[in-house]
Amino acid sequence: MCATCGCSDTAVIRLYPADEPERNGAGDSHHHQPHHHHGAEGRDQDHDHGHDHGDHTPGDADPVHRIFTEPGGGDERTVLLQQKVLAKNDRLAQENRDWLQERGVLAVNLMSSPGAGKTTLLERTARELAGKVTISVIEGDQAAALDARRIRAAGCQVVQINTGAGCHLDAEMVAEGLRLLDPPGGSLVVIENVGNLVCPALFDLGEQARVVLASVTEGDDKPVKYPHMFRRADLVLVSKNDLLPYVDFDTRRHAADVRRVSPDALMLQLSATTGAGMQEWYNWLRRRAPAPPHEEDLRM
Amino acid sequence: MHELAITESVVDAVTDRLPDTKITCVHLEIGALSGVVADSVRFCFDLVTEGTNLEGARLEITETAGQCHCKVCGSDFEPDSPVAICPCGSIEISVLAGQELKIASVQVA
Repeated sequence: MCATCGCSDTAVIRLYPADEPERNGAGDSHHHQPHHHHGAEGRDQDHDHGHDHGDHTPGDADPVHRIFTEPGGGDERTVLLQQKVLAKNDRLAQENRDWLQERGVLAVNLMSSPGAGKTTLLERTARELAGKVTISVIEGDQAAALDARRIRAAGCQVVQINTGAGCHLDAEMVAEGLRLLDPPGGSLVVIENVGNLVCPALFDLGEQARVVLASVTEGDDKPVKYPHMFRRADLVLVSKNDLLPYVDFDTRRHAADVRRVSPDALMLQLSATTGAGMQEWYNWLRRRAPAPPHEEDLRM
Repeated sequence: MHELAITESVVDAVTDRLPDTKITCVHLEIGALSGVVADSVRFCFDLVTEGTNLEGARLEITETAGQCHCKVCGSDFEPDSPVAICPCGSIEISVLAGQELKIASVQVA
């Protein structure tokens, strides 16, 4: 940990299998170092998700990233890079996306502010779809495994990623999470991002769809105040719908603002407490499900 | 504070491309609508470069202006905040420029 600002560059990634009691302090954990080679070390050396992220050759085929040099003053010279800052994350995200596609796995990046009800939504989803579809979850939080335990209690295999001071998940963390989860073809992986309406918006994880959860208790002004988050959403779920009579939340204004920021996003209202609207959410998942590579179909 | 991770990405990208090369200056382009705060990147830069071949390097940031097109009134405008709102009041806009987040160049010794 950095002594100056308290930042940590080490994420801790741990698997919580659905059907095993938690091992005392052990688990299958992995310290994720953003700066190191991220090969197929650790468990399951034999399966096919190597994600050998260290093999990128600097300055290779991509013409956009070719290095040009210009003479500078004195002994210095200028090297033109013209490279996207997030090029590496974007490349790893695409590797995740390709891998998911090959397996026939649907991955959804679920984002919201803290306390909007992401975990509660997943608990109910897992219980109601049990036996119909295999769901595994990547939980992102700065600290603690509270959400992983809740999701595991609902019957899912979970990987908890603790980001330390990090405010979002990145594609490399998710690659490791997917490797540990080893999701079967035809299944659903939900990536519950760190609760935050700002930072996760910038980081592609390789998901096929981005879902933003907006609870009525947060107020109806969030699409305008956090447009980066809403602009790239495929689906906006308005949650805690059962609390509408008690809060000042203008559903029409909220819907209109979502529509303006993200004209193509679908909107659904639901309550994971009462179950209202949940079937529509399941229908949306079913429509997004990829064609499974094997005979078993994704049924919901 | 995703700028910490952004700054780490800058250092990673530069050290990947130019390993074992002493870097004396890094020039970034950060658009006004990129979602990244230049001052926060400056704050993180010295911390993140410590112990790397970028340690001690200057950081120059060109902050490029945003440019948007309003789908309601049809005008092009430069938004005055990260939340792009047309002077006509519409937020139904498309972004033409200002989302850049790029390592333009580096100086090497």
